Amino acid sequence: MSENRLEIRNLHARIAGGADILKGVDLIVPAGEVHALMGQNGSGKSTLAKVMAGDPSYEITDGDILVDGESVLEMEPDERARAGLYLAFQYPVEVPGVSIANFLRLAINARRDEDDEIGVMEFYEKLQNAVKELDWDDSIIERNLHEGFSGGEKKRSEILQLLVLEPKYAILDETDSGLDVDALKTVSQGVNAARGENFGALVITHYQRLLNHIVPDKVHVMSEGRVITTGEKELAMELDQKGYDWIKDTVAAGA
Amino acid sequence: MADAPMPHPDADKLTGMQHEKQYDFQLSESYFYKSEKGLNKEVIEKISAFKEEPQWMLDFRLRALEIAERKGPPKWGPDLSGLNFDDIYFYVRPQEQQGTTNSWEDIPEEVRETYRRLGIPEAEQKVLAGVGAQYESEMVYHSLKEEWEKQGVIFLDTDTGLKEHPEIFKEHFATVVPPEDNYYAAVNSAVWSGGSFVYIPAGVEVDVPLQAYFLLNAQNIGQFERTLIIAEPGAKMHYIEGCTAPTYNSDSFHSGVIEIIAKERSDVRYSTIQNWSHNVYNLVTQRAIVHEQASMGWLDGNLGSKVTMKYPSCYLVGNGAYGEIMSIAFAGDGQHQDAGGKVVHAAPNTSSSIVSKSISKGEGCSSYRGLVQIHEGATNAKSNVECDALLLDETSKTNTYPYIEINEKTAHIGHEATVSKLNEEQIFYLQSRGIEEDEAMALIVRGFLEPVAKELPLEYAVELNRLIELEMEGSVG
Repeated sequence: MSENRLEIRNLHARIAGGADILKGVDLIVPAGEVHALMGQNGSGKSTLAKVMAGDPSYEITDGDILVDGESVLEMEPDERARAGLYLAFQYPVEVPGVSIANFLRLAINARRDEDDEIGVMEFYEKLQNAVKELDWDDSIIERNLHEGFSGGEKKRSEILQLLVLEPKYAILDETDSGLDVDALKTVSQGVNAARGENFGALVITHYQRLLNHIVPDKVHVMSEGRVITTGEKELAMELDQKGYDWIKDTVAAGA
Repeated sequence: MADAPMPHPDADKLTGMQHEKQYDFQLSESYFYKSEKGLNKEVIEKISAFKEEPQWMLDFRLRALEIAERKGPPKWGPDLSGLNFDDIYFYVRPQEQQGTTNSWEDIPEEVRETYRRLGIPEAEQKVLAGVGAQYESEMVYHSLKEEWEKQGVIFLDTDTGLKEHPEIFKEHFATVVPPEDNYYAAVNSAVWSGGSFVYIPAGVEVDVPLQAYFLLNAQNIGQFERTLIIAEPGAKMHYIEGCTAPTYNSDSFHSGVIEIIAKERSDVRYSTIQNWSHNVYNLVTQRAIVHEQASMGWLDGNLGSKVTMKYPSCYLVGNGAYGEIMSIAFAGDGQHQDAGGKVVHAAPNTSSSIVSKSISKGEGCSSYRGLVQIHEGATNAKSNVECDALLLDETSKTNTYPYIEINEKTAHIGHEATVSKLNEEQIFYLQSRGIEEDEAMALIVRGFLEPVAKELPLEYAVELNRLIELEMEGSVG
């Protein structure tokens, strides 16, 4: 039985005390595949991303999230990360005084046994390779985490971290928003470099544009807190041309 | 007072042994002398006689006592009502200085546990706890000492400094912090013991930091240490007093005075990280007189203690003098850190910078108290003050008392103050990368302190971080 997948089952979630934002999300991303998750503003995409990563401002009222068959619901955000989940944030925060290099070394070592910390040379090699993959300057690793970064640089940093931390499953929350064409290419190049048999990703976006660079295996469409339809990569293109009302109507008619 | 220990019956015979036996801990272990509790003329006369001091020092001490009695404790600042002089030993013979404890078993488990977790070897732990001696550092010290002596550098404990270099000593002693300055300086002047005496001749640059622990006998980290540092014109030095393990002191009062004279074109840095046990009132006066084109930097880290009041200051008295004060304070549960800095611009073209970073946790409170004063005639003075406070939870507090007095139109003053709470979003972000919650908080705090911590020598910065992590334990929740 193949359990190598990221699975969301009937997930309901809300901001503590509020009404449900997620109203029964079902979604499967098998290892080795990249899926797109599309939907209008307010459809629940970003909430889903944050809930999966364990954002404490949300509470889950029903359903489950499974990584390779194992529920992560009871896990703290750091445990989920160590279980292989990674969220590329839509709005990464700044952490003043903490350099990217120090931060990432700590994050890698958090995944390893105490007596098996990563060697300094091995770490820097890994980090520098990732920096190169993103056409970035080496000096970036000594800069403090997102301090004074432009929006584009922050997004690039999220992908840099993805390449260094090598998660099993990544959720990219509107990584394309606010990027110019060149930055979009670079970021996509990074994500494509991570693709492989042991890597699954859920790419959240409004626009087809990103999916020209990161070609998805499947496309899911979210509306009003649920995944209303799933299709092949062509669905994104069609959606782009015909709009979200079209898909809503189509789904409603089909149902 | 049935429990008040009597002076050692052989105390008189022991007079004078102190200096000869300074590095001979094995011999001195069996000797001790302790004053009676309380502060009065008799206690001071005994201290001075015991140390075989010149008459002028006894006179100085007695005058300081009068001043202290006249002044009385300050009526501003943190609550010091728990401090009772009648219950304090004002002089304890060196190996006893750390308190009434002389057995490892008597050190509270909490302090011993902290030593263990800091990874301090047991021999060193015992020194810090005041129950043993550190032999290894002596070896290091002796080789450096030879080199320094060739350059004419004097680096001694203050009592020995007074004995061996009376002229230099008398010329400078109490010229920076006279007993009239403040109540606690007066108390210190009356009962001072230990501390470091440093003299750097003109033009000599000392590359290796002079570290107080080289002089480690319990005296140096004692209750009423008096440090006097003199940098002659063009001299350069960095003095480090690193007491990063919690200094266990069963007596609950520490009141030091640090005097620094930075003469023309000299470059002096004084760095200290102090971590007092949580029952200590830590009231210290640190001041430097900075002459023409000289540069003075204080780096002051305050952890532990019950109450700390400490405002390192720079008096910029020469044209072009520069003063810098960087401080870190961590107020844990039930602690009050009242720290900051003071700069007096008394000459033209002087400049200064104050950077203060404080962290408060639980029922802790940290205050920034600072003064920038620009005298009339001190033209083109520049000063920049930045104080940042970080609150780790909902219960901790912070205050800012920035005083600025400008009597000169050409002054340029910058002041910036921020208060922030430990940010949930930052914690979640770091956790989402696999870092545990407590480690995430520690990382944010380290980042907050980084602009100051990076000025410390690496080993001290590392130890500071470990200390902060220990202090932060239990913050999660």
